[in-house]
Amino acid sequence: MGNEAIARGALEAGVRVASGYPGTPSSEVIERLAEVARERNLYVEWSTNEKVALEVAAAASFAGLRAMCVMKQNGVNVASDFLLHLSSSGTRGGIVLVECEDPGALSSVNEGESRYFARMLEVPLLEPADLQEAKDLTKWAFELSEKIRNIVILRSVTRMSHASGNVICGNLPRKFRAARFVSDGSVMDPLRGPVVSTPVVVKHRLQQEKLETAAGLFEKSPFNRYSGPQRPELLIITSSACFLYSREAVEILGLQKRVGILKLSCTWPLPQKLLQKYLRLTDRIMIVEEVLPFMEENVKVAAMGMLKQVGIKTFYGKMDKTLPSVGELNPEIVMAALGKIMKVKPKSLPAGYVREIQNVARKIPPREQTFCPGCPHRASFWNINTALKLDGREGIVCGDIGCYAMASLWPAIGFHTVRTLHSMGSGTGLASGFAKLSAFGLDKPVAAVCGDSTFYHAVIPALINARHNQADITFIVLDNAGTAMTGFQPHPGIGESAVGDPLPPVDIEAVCRAIGAKVAVSDPFDLEATGKILTSFLAETGALKVLILRQACALSPEKKGKKRYQMKVNEELCLGDACGCNRLCTRIFRCPALTWDGKKKKAVIDDVICAGCGVCYSICLQKAIVRTEAAQ
Amino acid sequence: MKKTVVKDPTNIIITGVGGQGNVMASRVLAGMLVNEGFVVTIGETFGMSQRGGSVMSHLRVSSTSVFSPQIPRGGADMIIALEPVEALRVLVQYGNPDVAVLANSRMVYPMGVITGEFAYPTIEDVQSMLEKVSAKHWIIDATSVAVELGNPVLSNIVMIGALAGTSLLPIDRRAFEKEIAKNLSADKRAVNLAAFDAGMKMI
Repeated sequence: MGNEAIARGALEAGVRVASGYPGTPSSEVIERLAEVARERNLYVEWSTNEKVALEVAAAASFAGLRAMCVMKQNGVNVASDFLLHLSSSGTRGGIVLVECEDPGALSSVNEGESRYFARMLEVPLLEPADLQEAKDLTKWAFELSEKIRNIVILRSVTRMSHASGNVICGNLPRKFRAARFVSDGSVMDPLRGPVVSTPVVVKHRLQQEKLETAAGLFEKSPFNRYSGPQRPELLIITSSACFLYSREAVEILGLQKRVGILKLSCTWPLPQKLLQKYLRLTDRIMIVEEVLPFMEENVKVAAMGMLKQVGIKTFYGKMDKTLPSVGELNPEIVMAALGKIMKVKPKSLPAGYVREIQNVARKIPPREQTFCPGCPHRASFWNINTALKLDGREGIVCGDIGCYAMASLWPAIGFHTVRTLHSMGSGTGLASGFAKLSAFGLDKPVAAVCGDSTFYHAVIPALINARHNQADITFIVLDNAGTAMTGFQPHPGIGESAVGDPLPPVDIEAVCRAIGAKVAVSDPFDLEATGKILTSFLAETGALKVLILRQACALSPEKKGKKRYQMKVNEELCLGDACGCNRLCTRIFRCPALTWDGKKKKAVIDDVICAGCGVCYSICLQKAIVRTEAAQ
Repeated sequence: MKKTVVKDPTNIIITGVGGQGNVMASRVLAGMLVNEGFVVTIGETFGMSQRGGSVMSHLRVSSTSVFSPQIPRGGADMIIALEPVEALRVLVQYGNPDVAVLANSRMVYPMGVITGEFAYPTIEDVQSMLEKVSAKHWIIDATSVAVELGNPVLSNIVMIGALAGTSLLPIDRRAFEKEIAKNLSADKRAVNLAAFDAGMKMI
């Protein structure tokens, strides 16, 4: 896997400290390093959030060790304030910020670009274009960082991080440096002085010189490669997974003798001489990248600066809409664009086959994403939705980042509850703001939800804000005992480190009480008890109310495959369509294991899928869903 | 002698519903092929995209080079579906007149079917559609066999066994045994081998 290749590259470079915050598609890098932490004598941690993670890694660099920090694309936003100052102070031991982006938002609620941070904060940017390079370039990134004494960003994307393939491994180092932090020298001494970003202008100049050094190294780097004819009709400049799409598109269209590909893996700052050499090959340039036209902008600016040497060019890319600047690319999008420019048509399927396929397409029911069978979130949102309906004032629920975000994205009736969804922790901040709008006529109960990992990541300041500014919100923690969506990485509430050592847990309940909130804890599967608390919290004014709904994720290792209850529908009791409940169980509750027998016209449990949580027992008005304790 | 694939690259798609063991199936199959000396590239999506939704792994099998982790549209050579309607969904995007399809007959109904908004085709309908849009196809009840072996999640391994049974790829029981020896404990190996064997017999 690409992320495993990145982890291997770091190991071959002799990384000693690795930190990160889980986020798809980045999480496996830290996971793999954690697995070998003991054997390789590393320190690996899941940090509270990305900013803290980068600070932890930077400390190791200041002490002369090689360090890595890993996050998903929007994590860089969280870490960026520190990154601004870090890139200015400079670093010592090689330090690499690995950020894995998600073009097309396959597992995100944004398709944010972090390559711009490299330009804005003036640090080098590397982008591996295949799995072997994911390992090799990571290793080289540490050397580069040490050479210029500054942090280096390595950018991956979902199709690189989560692609797998053959990688040839190198040797692992045997000798390591000891940690030593020297800070009694002059402020201008990069290795012996205090590590600070002042005097700002002087350090800023030094930072720009480092960037120039990096550009010089990029000119000769074997990671930037041209393949194609000596006089191509069109030059494709590309990076990352888009290199593989471009190469395949050229091959499928049979354009190997007409189109050349310049694959850049060192993408900021651009190596100017190298660029000049290849821009001279032809007058037509196509730039293939994801998502925004970052490289396109940079190449165009560079081409303008070397106009005399390279002449006037025609550019194809995102700015002229040859390629889309939203969503991810794939071989056929590149093929279609390339075919248009080069006036060649890709082979198409026989018309008769296409007709048959279209007939098939019409008969395929869509498969919407939904909460898993036995998911505590389904029960939690059932509780919240019911309490809001009973309250009757159309209260507002602000959402947050986790699997539970599905309560906002898909109009699945029984739990379509959440009305805002932004960055981690923002739900509570927004709720805090909504609650202050009663003076302007918006007089509704306001609630926010967040998961346990999100709570530690960014909710605490917002919760303190709500308390301090007297925003009377009902804040609900959906505590499913782990960072579930990304694969159960531990967080500060779990008494375990990234490598499985016991740690003292930080108790959410105690934190909330210390802030001054009124706190209750309930099991979301207990609909009656949870409903009572929620109803009273929504009605209560003059206090910050916190409800912690505690029930482990259905996919968690301790629960998976184990049923608490054996569920069955009593066909005698189920009245089917005649019940008058409008099929509350299958239409509204929407559990994939609770299905409908079209012949008998009654509800039926799919025993293969059912997780045995027993919640549907509580929702059937007829008591037709029967639960019995499963044999353990 | 070094093994080869009939078409280079051979493009395989493994599809199913989140939680059916799609990723595990693609890893095992790829591992078996890498052991035989092939260059395999797998493209996958993880995370939220798997919560009850359709999932897909793309495998590109070549004797020589790395291919993009995404198979171009209309470019699948084989489709292995852990769920019948998912076979059709993949065919619409990646099918062509030469594609071979191996599908599990066990249905996992989408929410929209459970609520009554959409109809789910019968297995006979699926069969007649496969006849029209694939060169070869097999529909097997892998889940029932897996349930008999004690765990429905073994369906994926039954399917890999069935794939070996089709002789479409240069893989056999020995290759499977070698691959699972790397990651599975002895007790798990036995039941997985039983699932593989049962799958092979179904073709």
